[in-house]
Amino acid sequence: MAKILRRERLVPNIHMIEVEAPEIARKCQPGQFIIIMVDNFGERIPLTIGDWDVEKGTITSVFLVVGTSTHKLSMLEAGDEVPVFVGPLGRPSKIEKYGTVLLAGGCFGIAAIYPIARALKNAGNKIITVLDVKTNYLLYWEDKLKAVSDKMFISSRDSYYDCKEYIPKTVDSVLHHEGRIDRTIAIGCTYLMYACSEATKPHNIETWVSLNPIMVDGTGMCGACRVTVGGKTRFACVDGPDFDGHLVDWKELFIRRKSYFDDEIKSLCFWEKKNLP
Amino acid sequence: MAEKNKTMPPEMKEKLRSRYNEEWRKKLRKSIPVKERMKISRQKMPERDPFERNQDFFEVNRGLSAKAAVEEAKRCLDCANPQCVMGCPVGIDIPTFIKLIEMEDWVKSARLIKETNALPSVCGRVCPQESQCEAVCNLKRATGTPVAIGNLERFVSDFERDAGQVAVPKLASPTDRKVAVIGAGPAGLTVAGDLALKGHSVTIFEALHVAGGVLVYGIPEFRLPKKILEAEVDYLKSLGVELKTNFVVGLTATIDDLKKEGYDAFFIGTGAGLPNFMRIPGENLVGVYSANEYLTRVNLMRAYDFPTYDTPVFLGKRVAVLGGGNVAMDSVRTAKRLGAELSVCVYRRSRIEMPARVEEVHHAEEEGIEFHFLTAPTRFIGDDKGNLKAMECLRMELGEPDDSGRRRPVPIEGSEFTMEIDMAVVAIGNSSNPLIGQTTPGLEIGKWGNVEVNWDTMATNMKGVYAGGDIIRGGATVILAMGDARIAATEMDKYLRSKMRQTKARPKKKS
Repeated sequence: MAKILRRERLVPNIHMIEVEAPEIARKCQPGQFIIIMVDNFGERIPLTIGDWDVEKGTITSVFLVVGTSTHKLSMLEAGDEVPVFVGPLGRPSKIEKYGTVLLAGGCFGIAAIYPIARALKNAGNKIITVLDVKTNYLLYWEDKLKAVSDKMFISSRDSYYDCKEYIPKTVDSVLHHEGRIDRTIAIGCTYLMYACSEATKPHNIETWVSLNPIMVDGTGMCGACRVTVGGKTRFACVDGPDFDGHLVDWKELFIRRKSYFDDEIKSLCFWEKKNLP
Repeated sequence: MAEKNKTMPPEMKEKLRSRYNEEWRKKLRKSIPVKERMKISRQKMPERDPFERNQDFFEVNRGLSAKAAVEEAKRCLDCANPQCVMGCPVGIDIPTFIKLIEMEDWVKSARLIKETNALPSVCGRVCPQESQCEAVCNLKRATGTPVAIGNLERFVSDFERDAGQVAVPKLASPTDRKVAVIGAGPAGLTVAGDLALKGHSVTIFEALHVAGGVLVYGIPEFRLPKKILEAEVDYLKSLGVELKTNFVVGLTATIDDLKKEGYDAFFIGTGAGLPNFMRIPGENLVGVYSANEYLTRVNLMRAYDFPTYDTPVFLGKRVAVLGGGNVAMDSVRTAKRLGAELSVCVYRRSRIEMPARVEEVHHAEEEGIEFHFLTAPTRFIGDDKGNLKAMECLRMELGEPDDSGRRRPVPIEGSEFTMEIDMAVVAIGNSSNPLIGQTTPGLEIGKWGNVEVNWDTMATNMKGVYAGGDIIRGGATVILAMGDARIAATEMDKYLRSKMRQTKARPKKKS
């Protein structure tokens, strides 16, 4: 059992949990994820690690409320316990000195790129961060990210921030203005990662994405998370989650992520009927 | 992979002999003439009606009655030279436990088995006895039907548990040595039990949230009820074994980390946790599962009870399971239970080459499972939404024997045909899980990703690190994993005790 130390709504529909997990915190590296099961009836779902504290022995993760598990998770309070919190899973992101690195994040990915930005900054890279939100009140962790970025752009669908565009356009214009980008890393919903990969492709900029297929065990045992990268089947949990965005078979990933669409709705309705007034 | 050439250790021989010569045993042997014993027919395992059981997940076999168990025990000729013991990978003293059943001393019989087998009610259910102990039974040679050793093992261990007679045996005095067992599958549980009995302090690290490995995520409820396994794990805990679930050795901590934390010896029993696929087009379509995923969803995550449990699983109406082993049988029978109208096993060789247990194939047939032998899929076909809708297959014929000694299937040209299916389960085996190899620098890994060991001792090239089960074999059976584990446990005990002597030889700290 792992204890929830804090659960907080950051913005509508996006929550943060801080969980007591000293062993995971000790080993954690940027780009890794955990698998959580909220209760004994729950599903095992992967969540990207947003931050950790070795001294306090805690792991922080940010998630979007979509299905049954994340709904349940969003209703936990400090002191509650979850039966499964296991990690750190997956291969860490490659942290090297690349030069100028563009980090694109949206949704839960804003938190997910934070530890990568911090590590890349410490490795001597110039960090350009592009964050994407639908509208101004959906932005979070702005200060945290600013502190590890040399430049930061925010795109949204209203006129509140720098550009009223979807993120790939912003990425595109940053690429033009900066002159040289050595590497791009994009994390967020599948569409965002796909769109960013498409944006950098004509410029031939290596782009890494953190794939989020459906998983069960997260240690290579089940093969649910298989993705096609460069024509080969890979397991996101043990071969990834980071892959070259220009080689990913995005169409397949979109389809596979929706495998249980109807069941997910059924499950959520079932849970709501039972648990909501 | 090279199998160890088994000879009975002298101390085991000695033990068997002295028990054989005990007075009660001699008397019992004489009480019924051999000829009479040979006339008794093999007691049939009571089974649930096939068309009732293929609708639910309750156990298929009901277990022998006490009366039937005694009758069956009487069939055992109590040979002076019992071949069955040699046929058992963990070397259970089979004649003695059977003769104790004949004496109706159930509990003593169960405890005797536990001296050499930490998971008797599991083995009584899932071991392929017909190719091990029962295959070499002298009664089989004489009459054609061996003693039902597996059914008897199941009977006494179930009796002990159900009667609340499970007791903690006397443990050897504590050695103060710490052992880390990686993986709570059949191999890991066996090592843990053996070493705990020998007085070592044992911690099992398990990546999943439940102990049991393949016994819990793979083997379905209808073959091995979870509560049986839970009881066996509870028994190990009562021996003082500590169980740390949700702990992935290699990631949560490496073997080196654990060494620094004071663990003196390690056993790697992480299993063959990396499903093989066929590498044919369309394998990533929605509706194509690995057997591991399919069974994990249903067994471990209880998707058969969705939406009470959150994890979903496809309820295929026309299901093809690819492969001919026990995992394929488990998958194809599970699909039937989840409402498939057609649940078919597609196997590229013929029936006699099937690695699955005869009993499982027989049960599957009774339940309405169809078999397509000498058939190999060539591609999966999807609809415009990426869902599986059909599978193209090729007919095969058998050619010359291959490395495994089985005749190699050869495609018949132009024999393509299409099967309309909405779900497929790929059950063609597993490769070794790479996590330990990747995170343990210096550990020798073979060309199949398996951990390399000395087959006499199960020792890896790293001092104090042992391995057994599917991580060294690639994909075998529960009992072979347990056999490896017994050898490893004996060797680990020797290693730990030699280390103790070294420590003792050093000048003692003043306290």
